Amino acid sequence: MNPAQNYIELFQDNRALVERGSAGVMNSVRDAALKCLERYGLPHKGLEEYLHTDVSAWFEPDWGMNLARLDMPVDLAQAFKCSVPNLSTQLYFLANDTFASSDTASRNSLPDGVFAGSLREAAINHPELVEKFYGRLADMEKPGIAAVNTLFAQDGFLLYVPDGVVIEKPLQLITLLSSKVDLMVNRRILVVLGRESQAKLLLCDHALAANQYLTIQVAEVFAGEGSMLELYDLEETHYANRRISELYVNQEADSNVEIDYVTLHNGQTRNTVLSTFSGRGSRLSLNGIATIDKKQHVDNMTFVDHRVSDCTSNELFNYVLDDSASGAFAGKVLVRHGAQHTESQQTNRNICLTREARMFTQPQLEIYADDVKCSHGATVGQLDDKAMFYMRQRGIPESEARMMLMQAFVGEVIGRVSLEPLRDRLNRLIEKRFRGELTQCEGCRACR
Amino acid sequence: MMLNIENLHAGIDGKEILKGINLQVNAGEVHAIMGPNGSGKSTMSNVLVGHPSYKVTEGRVTFKGKNLLDMPAEDRSHEGLFMSFQYPVEIPGVSMTNFMRTAINEKRKYLGLPAMAPTDFLKLIKEKRDLVKLDAKFMNRSVNEGFSGGEKKRNEIFQMAMLEPSLSILDETDSGLDIDALRIVADGVNRLKSPETSVIVITHYQRLLDYIQPDVVHVLYQGRIIKTAGPELALELEERGYDWVIKEFEDSQR
Repeated sequence: MNPAQNYIELFQDNRALVERGSAGVMNSVRDAALKCLERYGLPHKGLEEYLHTDVSAWFEPDWGMNLARLDMPVDLAQAFKCSVPNLSTQLYFLANDTFASSDTASRNSLPDGVFAGSLREAAINHPELVEKFYGRLADMEKPGIAAVNTLFAQDGFLLYVPDGVVIEKPLQLITLLSSKVDLMVNRRILVVLGRESQAKLLLCDHALAANQYLTIQVAEVFAGEGSMLELYDLEETHYANRRISELYVNQEADSNVEIDYVTLHNGQTRNTVLSTFSGRGSRLSLNGIATIDKKQHVDNMTFVDHRVSDCTSNELFNYVLDDSASGAFAGKVLVRHGAQHTESQQTNRNICLTREARMFTQPQLEIYADDVKCSHGATVGQLDDKAMFYMRQRGIPESEARMMLMQAFVGEVIGRVSLEPLRDRLNRLIEKRFRGELTQCEGCRACR
Repeated sequence: MMLNIENLHAGIDGKEILKGINLQVNAGEVHAIMGPNGSGKSTMSNVLVGHPSYKVTEGRVTFKGKNLLDMPAEDRSHEGLFMSFQYPVEIPGVSMTNFMRTAINEKRKYLGLPAMAPTDFLKLIKEKRDLVKLDAKFMNRSVNEGFSGGEKKRNEIFQMAMLEPSLSILDETDSGLDIDALRIVADGVNRLKSPETSVIVITHYQRLLDYIQPDVVHVLYQGRIIKTAGPELALELEERGYDWVIKEFEDSQR
């Protein structure tokens, strides 16, 4: 049977349950999501965008879902201990797809007017605010990750920063997968930055118990005029997790957005970023790292839509693939008619450490304006033999030389991360990863 | 004896290039190896430092009494063998400081010594940089990245000074150097000379030998050493070219 049909029926049978556990604003878009799923189904391998990742197969198992919003207790303090304590952030937690109130969250101090917390609560208490943004970017005119998520999402995280407000201290949202049964998780994130506001948000995706998970994360980001956002998404889960994330970004004029995706440890991952410049003079820095081995798989697909003139986008994704890992990168930059003075650079570099590792890369550039500066490029190769021998001649053993070259390769992307303590943390985590000291997720005691 | 090469045969991709090299280098000596293009000079230095692409098919090499050919490249380095590369390699993303610290401490680990204290390491860097007039700013840069030709060669001698090898092979160190850079490089090499250390200078031209005085000069041709003499041979080669040595050799083979 068409796997989408299962989910349509599941929803129809449990609609009341889903809606009771959520909020009116989130319920009001479920009909549209249902229509989308009925019409387009789920993404499958026959679509060019999903050529290397058969997402529809991930939906085939009979996943459990926590539609009744049963309390799935996670002892947050016990479960999570950050490996690099210098990263001083304001902490928030999502247990599976439910916002978990915690002592740390209530102690966080935020400027007046800022909301950081449960999306469901916000939708109940400030429906007029959430309604303006929720579901406005997620695309319902295509096979439906956004549709499934919108259909079942009951809670998630909202960050709302009013005009002119600057949050200096980074916010960190830790998402913990924890369950006694195999579980499908529908997580929703909404980030709204008002005019001239600033924020930094770090998403850390962890898995506690070694169950099978299907994680669907849909995030919508509104960057208002002149705003600045740093958004980091770090996946540190394990082999039994399948993750699909879709990130929609809309940038108003003169906004500055940085997005960095790091897949440090995972099972099968598909990340999609769809970013639109809708106001002139904006900048986007979009970067990614994937360090994968065994049978891990990472597929990053990015789409940057230059709708207006005078915007700059910079993309750099570096992968290191070991064993029989497989990776895919597809990056599309569209420069529309009239989007003059666009500057766009897209690079994807990959190192396959074994003959069994596979990388598929597809940079694409589509330009309908004549006064632009755009370039793209991709490489797939091995570590530099000449550099390796040079280092060995100086007495650096082969294994150490490999390590240093891989670190340097990934370091190119880490160098683009603006948040300095995160850079240090990433350098250390990446080194541990390459040394095989990071077998599962670093922060979780349950994995040790 | 520092280095003893006996009947060394070696090649690359199944093609034999060295066809029976015999060479003895004693502690404190400077040997020059000269020869026309394609005679096997670079093959010889690469084989000695253990480049994995080159295969030894016959012969023996001992370095300070140990069987050199049995050791991986890094151990040859730890034992005191250094090669200044004809084309120093750029390593983006690896800083000079990190590179040198790793190299020094790996050698110390091999010798059973603890890692060098950070202050001692910085002092050592300063001292050795001065030797080849290499500016401090290069230490934060990636290895050889953005270095000019002359800076790369000075960086080679700087690394040599840091690692204090007993035998240094200078592979065409003079290529691409202007006269000032050549002088700085040669001066660095000379100041590192001692009765316990030896140098093999591989060069096409006499030029570098004006600054680094060899004790012995060899001519390499078609994978063999066809003539060995004192420093005067280098001057004669500069004046008359290689043809007469080759002819002399071919006549003797008849």
